Amino acid sequence: MTPSPDLVVQTDQLSKIFRVGFWGKRVTVVEGLNLDVRRGEVFGFLGPNGAGKTTTLKMLMGLIYPTSGQAWLFGKDLGDPQSKARLGFLPESPYFYDYLTSREFLRFYGHLFGLWGAALDKRIDELLELVGMTPAKDLQLRKFSKGMLQRVGIAQALINDPELVVLDEPMSGLDPIGRKEVRDLILRLKESGKTVLFSSHILHDAEVLCDRVAMILKGRLVACGRVTDLLDEGASHPVELVVDRLTQEGLAHLRPLADKVVVQGDRILIVLKSQQQVGAALEIVRAAKACLVSLNPQKGSLEDLFIREVEGHRSSTER
Amino acid sequence: MKILSIALNTFRENLRDKLLYNLLVFALLMIGSSVILSRLTLGEFHRLILDLGLGSINFFGILIAIFVGIGLVSKEIEKKTIYTIVSKPVARYQFLLGKYLGLTITLFVNTVVMALGLLVVLSAQAVPIEGLLFKALALIFVEFMVIMAAALLFSTFTSATLSAIFTLALYVIGHLTADLKTAGAKMDDLSRGLLNGLYYLLPNLERFNLKGHVVHHLEVSGSDLLLIVAYGGAYTAFLLFLASLIFHRRDFR
Repeated sequence: MTPSPDLVVQTDQLSKIFRVGFWGKRVTVVEGLNLDVRRGEVFGFLGPNGAGKTTTLKMLMGLIYPTSGQAWLFGKDLGDPQSKARLGFLPESPYFYDYLTSREFLRFYGHLFGLWGAALDKRIDELLELVGMTPAKDLQLRKFSKGMLQRVGIAQALINDPELVVLDEPMSGLDPIGRKEVRDLILRLKESGKTVLFSSHILHDAEVLCDRVAMILKGRLVACGRVTDLLDEGASHPVELVVDRLTQEGLAHLRPLADKVVVQGDRILIVLKSQQQVGAALEIVRAAKACLVSLNPQKGSLEDLFIREVEGHRSSTER
Repeated sequence: MKILSIALNTFRENLRDKLLYNLLVFALLMIGSSVILSRLTLGEFHRLILDLGLGSINFFGILIAIFVGIGLVSKEIEKKTIYTIVSKPVARYQFLLGKYLGLTITLFVNTVVMALGLLVVLSAQAVPIEGLLFKALALIFVEFMVIMAAALLFSTFTSATLSAIFTLALYVIGHLTADLKTAGAKMDDLSRGLLNGLYYLLPNLERFNLKGHVVHHLEVSGSDLLLIVAYGGAYTAFLLFLASLIFHRRDFR
């Protein structure tokens, strides 16, 4: 396989086997992973804890070496200094250097990219402003809260104005306000034309933010694509119909279309099996001269898809 | 340039660490106490101050070299700071050399402070200060450089505790290598070969010890000194090269 220059991240059958314990027992953490992240998109890398998300990102960042398979960043082999220069990375729950102030900390990272002097200071001021840390710029990092560290960490990942920003669990451990800020920041990065790859086990965030997502389970890719496509892919969605004053006869006609019927006095809630039944059901309601209160398609969420995949996996391994 | 940035960052981090100051204070106290101890001896008190002073500098410097040295890399991995550095356009060997250089600067400053402490004590006690003393101090520092490189090497593949034990063991054995050769001379060919091999493989740290020379006023020639420094430099380079090789292949889990 040859790398495509249009793809920012590309992997081909990427695998990682760790050896653990005294006897070097082999544990497969990532297996045959094929991913591609396109320029300018927000890509969510999803999976439960221990699915292999961090391991995959670490392989892409050159922190651990793949056991087999290949991967490219910007069409270049992993570890290439040129592609590293176009990259920003925030590890999961980072700690950083306790005794540095956020300014000194960012200056140090700037130096690693060959940035010096007034240009670097200007960039640091911009970044501290962007992540809302200007008031704490001369405070040592050991006095920071987790949310503050996360923000300085994001600033660190952006110091070189990277084309690709890789964030490992950027929302974990943050309060709702912090999470919203990170979400806004990701959207702002996308607006400025950057590619963002982030891992998360919080599906709601991914649903709101991502152009495309990949879902992994036990190191294997189980789903990949646009969020809307993935949601449509998962079985037919039920539709909730609420009517008032439906006759017994009308109800009898509706029952075969319904998954579930709940009668509460005059009001009846009917869950239709899928959108295909909506037309027929409305016909019956109109014929029975009942009053339609609401009609709600039950949109699937990534969470449902996730749970389905996890359960599917469990039953297939039990078999 | 990147190596220097990492070195200065390491130096700054070390300067703000309290452990270092504690060791430094102890070292200075120890050097100062040699004055009191020398009162207990008859006649030999110049020798005692010199011997104890150089010994203290050596001992505390080695402690710093080992205990800061083993943490240089393992702490970075533990705190995950290394993730942000290795993912930047920095080669792993640059990171390693930067950390090493940072500790070298730290220890150099410490050695200078301890040496100044000794000089103050010596001049207060009207002990004549010879050029030989500075040669001894220089070689003590070369020994620190070897030990730091060893601590760094061990910490690239094992835990902090084991690294400390290994480095300490190397330090002790390194001062006894002459005995390996003496012991080998009395044994059969195989054992002699083995012990001789070890003799040449392990660092001969006794070569860096000029305390006896200083105390007994035995001059060391410039060429001898140069040779010893070159030996220390080569051994340090060898250890750092090994450390880089291991570090390059390592997974940061």
